[in-house]
Amino acid sequence: MTTMTATTTQVYQVFIKASPDQIWDAITKPEFTSRYFYGSLVDSTLAVGTPYRGWSPDRETLWVDGEVLDSDPPRRLSYTWRALYDEETAAEEPSRVSWEIEPQEGGVSKLTVVHDQLERAPKTAENVAGGWMYILSGLKTLLETGQPLNS
Amino acid sequence: MNDDSVFKALADSTRRLLLDRLYERDGRSLTELESDLEMTRFGVMKHLRVLEEAGLVVTRRSGREKLHYLNPVPIRLIHDRWIDKYTERRVSALADLKNELEDTA
Repeated sequence: MTTMTATTTQVYQVFIKASPDQIWDAITKPEFTSRYFYGSLVDSTLAVGTPYRGWSPDRETLWVDGEVLDSDPPRRLSYTWRALYDEETAAEEPSRVSWEIEPQEGGVSKLTVVHDQLERAPKTAENVAGGWMYILSGLKTLLETGQPLNS
Repeated sequence: MNDDSVFKALADSTRRLLLDRLYERDGRSLTELESDLEMTRFGVMKHLRVLEEAGLVVTRRSGREKLHYLNPVPIRLIHDRWIDKYTERRVSALADLKNELEDTA
């Protein structure tokens, strides 16, 4: 890890046996995010310019704060990202998270997460690098088996 | 994209080296990656294609350039579905042994 230079764009991709609508619901509804996104509850109307928030499981603490930049269900969702669960990342400039969903053959969808605009958020870049892998693996398991990972 | 293609892609030292290069600095062009290796452009392209087919490398366009990004998710999936399964059993076997020894002690 020590030699890793801070990257300003991170790309994660996974193929999931689910429709774009199912994936869209899984990333925009709290009853789904609570089961693979560190227990967090997404809270957003998804209208461009409105807040995009992620709450702690007890709804007491705001973990992620942002603003919806682009919303095209069930294909594309983009919002700014400030991670408030850590003092160092909370102090940084907002970065950007974009979800892209592309249907493939055989009932499979390609899901890509791009976390970019990390130029002024090196701690965030470091912090989320392992997280997205875990989240996407958990999302795939949830949608394909109906059960969260390690349940 | 399946486990076979991931294992096959990883079963080559040049391809693992390419992944390590991207780990050090992500989002590189073919020209950048090529300059690191004693290999023809064609050879590097061939290896990158195998990595891309396995889902370990994802390309994105940035202006006129095609940039290569390391996608660690397939490795994580193998970890979650395979390695976890076996290490968990071993850990729980050790925990059982500990309990048993402590109970009889």
